[in-house]
Amino acid sequence: MDAILLQILNGLDKGSAYALIALGLTLIFGTLGVVNFAHGALFMIGAFCAVTLNKVFALSSITIDPTKTDFLGKPLQVKTPYLEKWFGDAGLAIMDWSVPLAIIVSIPIMMLIGYVMERGLIRHFYKRPHADQILVTFGLAIVLQEIIKAFYGANPIQTPAPSTFVGTLDIGVYLGFAQDAITYPYWRLVYFAFACLVIFAVFAFLRFTTFGMVVRAGMADRETVGLLGININKKFTIMFALAACVAGVAGVMYTPINSPNYHMGMDFLVLSFVVVVVGGMGSLPGAVLAGFLLGILESIASMNVVKQFFETIFIPSIDQIVIYLVAVIVLLVRPRGLLGHKGMMED
Amino acid sequence: MNNSKYSDSALLLFFIIMVVAGPFLLAPFGGSYPDLLQKFAIFGIFAIGFNILFGLTGYLSFGHAVFLGVGSYGAVWMFKLLSYNVLPALVVAVVVAGFFSVVIGYISLRRSGIYFSILTLAFAQMMFNVAYSVATPITNGETGLQIYNDDPQWLQGADSPLTTNLFGLKMNEVFWRPEFLGFEAQFNVGYYFCAFFLIIAFYLALRITRSPFGMMLRAIKTNQNRLNFTGVSTRPYMLAAFVISGMYAGLAGGLWACMDPLAGAERMQWTASGEVVLMTILGGAGTMLGPVLGAGFIKYFEAIFSKINDQVLHSWFAFMPDGMENVMVAIVHPFVGKGWHLTLGLLFMMIVIFLPGGLIGGLTSLGRVLTGRGRKSKG
Amino acid sequence: MSSDKNPLHTPLTRRSMLKASAASAVVGAAPMIIPSTAHAYLNEPKGATVTLGFNVPQSGPYADEGADELRAYELAVEHLNGGGDGGMMNTFSSKALKGNGILGKKVTYVTGDTQTKSDAARSSAKSMIEKDGAVMITGGSSSGVAIAVQGLCQEAGVIFMAGLTHSNDTTGKDKKANGFRHFFNGYMSAAALAPVLEKNYGTDRKAYHLTADYTWGWTQEESIAAATEAKGWETVEKVRTPLASTDFSSYIGQVLKTDADVLVLNHYGGNMVNSLTNAVQFGLKDKMVNGKQFEIIVPLYSRLMARGAGENVKGIFGSTNWHWSLQDEGSKAFVKSFGEKYGFPPSQAAHTCYVQTLLYADACERAGSFDPCAVGAALEGFDFDGLGNGPTHYRADDHQCFKDVLVVKGKENPTTEFDLLEVVEVTPRAQVEYAPDHPMFAGGDLGKCNTGA
Repeated sequence: MDAILLQILNGLDKGSAYALIALGLTLIFGTLGVVNFAHGALFMIGAFCAVTLNKVFALSSITIDPTKTDFLGKPLQVKTPYLEKWFGDAGLAIMDWSVPLAIIVSIPIMMLIGYVMERGLIRHFYKRPHADQILVTFGLAIVLQEIIKAFYGANPIQTPAPSTFVGTLDIGVYLGFAQDAITYPYWRLVYFAFACLVIFAVFAFLRFTTFGMVVRAGMADRETVGLLGININKKFTIMFALAACVAGVAGVMYTPINSPNYHMGMDFLVLSFVVVVVGGMGSLPGAVLAGFLLGILESIASMNVVKQFFETIFIPSIDQIVIYLVAVIVLLVRPRGLLGHKGMMED
Repeated sequence: MNNSKYSDSALLLFFIIMVVAGPFLLAPFGGSYPDLLQKFAIFGIFAIGFNILFGLTGYLSFGHAVFLGVGSYGAVWMFKLLSYNVLPALVVAVVVAGFFSVVIGYISLRRSGIYFSILTLAFAQMMFNVAYSVATPITNGETGLQIYNDDPQWLQGADSPLTTNLFGLKMNEVFWRPEFLGFEAQFNVGYYFCAFFLIIAFYLALRITRSPFGMMLRAIKTNQNRLNFTGVSTRPYMLAAFVISGMYAGLAGGLWACMDPLAGAERMQWTASGEVVLMTILGGAGTMLGPVLGAGFIKYFEAIFSKINDQVLHSWFAFMPDGMENVMVAIVHPFVGKGWHLTLGLLFMMIVIFLPGGLIGGLTSLGRVLTGRGRKSKG
Repeated sequence: MSSDKNPLHTPLTRRSMLKASAASAVVGAAPMIIPSTAHAYLNEPKGATVTLGFNVPQSGPYADEGADELRAYELAVEHLNGGGDGGMMNTFSSKALKGNGILGKKVTYVTGDTQTKSDAARSSAKSMIEKDGAVMITGGSSSGVAIAVQGLCQEAGVIFMAGLTHSNDTTGKDKKANGFRHFFNGYMSAAALAPVLEKNYGTDRKAYHLTADYTWGWTQEESIAAATEAKGWETVEKVRTPLASTDFSSYIGQVLKTDADVLVLNHYGGNMVNSLTNAVQFGLKDKMVNGKQFEIIVPLYSRLMARGAGENVKGIFGSTNWHWSLQDEGSKAFVKSFGEKYGFPPSQAAHTCYVQTLLYADACERAGSFDPCAVGAALEGFDFDGLGNGPTHYRADDHQCFKDVLVVKGKENPTTEFDLLEVVEVTPRAQVEYAPDHPMFAGGDLGKCNTGA
């Protein structure tokens, strides 16, 4: 039982990333009708906002320490970060908290990137076939990730969580299990909570603001809303920036979980498309639901007992294929995904 | 109709000339060597086949590389079991790919639009993951299926060549190396073997497009609902198109194995499926020549741009004064060698922004501007 | 780009023209006589230069490792042509190299991108052989690619000097007469690690393996499990993780549910960074199981990529082929010339690639020819020293180098960003040797060397 609970936690955590990316993807798709293959790249750029801030904080003054030598036998250059030099312990604390601080930095950056992308590029593709949209956004994704690669290289770069959140929490005790039955890393819990917060905020925004109402109306019937004299285009620009923002902050917060590298966006891209479609095209609750569901199923499928069970019924290594298998089954049973609308993207 | 038939013959003739003269045409661009020429032909076939599905019906398969992959596996298994003769390998490649496309197509075609795309993607990813790991006894996983000295090869004659061949005619043989405009052109048996199939594939695709069956497929693209309302069942037509296009992919995969007898699992990954989508759109979906052009474009970049290193750059700009030379090298450097993906991405964007309709669309409008003539039918 | 590079070029004559036109007319119809070339072997260098093909990953997850390999190759070419400070050529026990290229021919090179995919790597290697006339292909950062390209070089008839490839299969069931490996392998890692693990962690341990689900992972898992079991350890579970995994949390979580007290991560590169990071996140390093401290082992370290795991590598044992902190003359010379040229110390991938280039050039000099069979014969059974790994032997039976293996540990207090690992023990060569027909390497056949003529 505790093993399954642990896997559900893992699943919720994986699902958080899927759900956040899928949410933005669905927003863009539902409102603008654009298939955005660059969305994974936005997630990646968010993560590299955190990396960049981390590096900026680590900018150092260099002093020569003649007592030590470097690998060439020359005097060692000792680096002291300016923040530490100027502010002492407070500076170190700022460096320690670089990832949460990066959220503040990343929001305007992602907004700007989203704005520029929509105005400069995506806007001109609303009326073009989906195939053209795929080609242009895929090209953009490659360009974005190659730029990051040119600056940061291909290797993963570590961006640690604040030291307060290093270590694990014994959740099992609160649920009446024995000690150490379910321990879970703090930062992963933070990530899950953060994802829930963002999802909640996006839904509240769409639900309770006039802006959100117009956008939802636009998702349902774009032409009619346009006929009502509402400048839907401007709203859509903001919507795109918002979606970019959601992907970006999801990327920022993800960095301590796994060290980011330039192609992490592509790794998530295909999965998030599967999530969106399983959830049902154009359905925001569907995207979130499918994100968490696939995350949990993926985690449970990786359990040894589950793997062995599927091997006995001649399905080897179920954990390799579970997401795709579920996608096939869902789409065959529910033609428009879990919560999809009729007629959306069916032709 | 007469006019269209006439222009079709002209198109086919033009295509044949281009393909046969391939080694000459590519020599000035540094692309006249067997591997790249063969890749052009192989991916040309793959893209033509993909276009029968996507270009005519509008159904975007995101898992088409699977058929290419299983075709390759089938072909290499024939080399392992029978002999290095390419004919049985090709037959098996097409049959195996056909079988898989019937199964995957039958299930996936129950849905349309993006739901269809995701279904094909899901099947492809499952097969890739399995081929890379648990199916290793059949696929040799990470390394790729290859031929070992202790393979049975029951039909291998004592004195027949130890490379892929057609009744003794070795695929890797270069039979003529003329100089063309100061560049070397390499005429290779394998390329002409592939080119033979490319021309047949092109001809068949042309016939399919112009046939009533092709009309039906285009009707599906225009409005499937209307067809269904009029009582036409579109599913059999769709499945036929899917299987034909899968068999094209299988043929391409088989030819690839014939040119280079190793089948790697990566050729089934979603990126490989995505690549043929990009080739088709880049060249011009729904046109006859477009997909071939798109395939050539991407393969050329992969092969040529990734090989340009600083040493080459310096030799390019060697005529300039030193400072200037270094500046030029520094400017070009990020776009070649390890940066070839960047150039490719930029070109994708530029082509789709400035040339709606892909390369062919661009060429036709260019032709229109040059000749000052009115709207022509797309090639 | 120019045509004169290719020595296979046959001049255009009326005769070849006739034959060619006849050939194109009957393509696919019947076997025909091909004009035989006047060359003894494929791509025989006829001019003043000789071309080598450096096939490394330039895109994809191993691009940085590939870039480091390329730096080493450029350095090696510079040294071979008499430039720079000569690096390890000065410490190399064989004195056949004179700094005037190879056999008096200036060394030039072409580069390509393997993309860490078998297909792309073969395509790139083929273009080097067919178009640029390369007589030797080298490089790569994964075993799948190494084996695929090795097979290609065997078919084509050029020498392949493997780069970073650690699978037992490269010189085991997939060994080829034209292929040579300097890098160590899974068996050697295990043989070197097991005694150190025994010394530090005792004989009563329960190991849990997480293994990347492809051939390299399997051979390493097999090797480590066998070596540690021989020391009395028990293997609790061997779990395969999917290739595309980026998050290993659901696999790490299960480790805690067993009574295992050691976790072996048979992952490399980005997978290793993530699985190690996840394991540390879940507090595995601080756990006490069966009254013992829980331990993590990473059998194959890549210093370049270990940087991505940051502090998490501290105190974790693993093995490596070479490390820049070694103090023998060869290593010092190499670190000096590499460091002065590029500003940072070389990686083990760079080292093996540099050494392979030198070994190839030296073999050509000793054989007096670029003929793959002659070069191969010169490499087979070759004993040398001074290239950073102590006395080394290129075994003729399987073309595997035998040399000391380094057991390393993540350093507790690194002084610089390169100072991540410390060498705990240099395991002597005798301890990691095995018979050519060892079961983990069985089933292969070198075959005959191929000159491609």
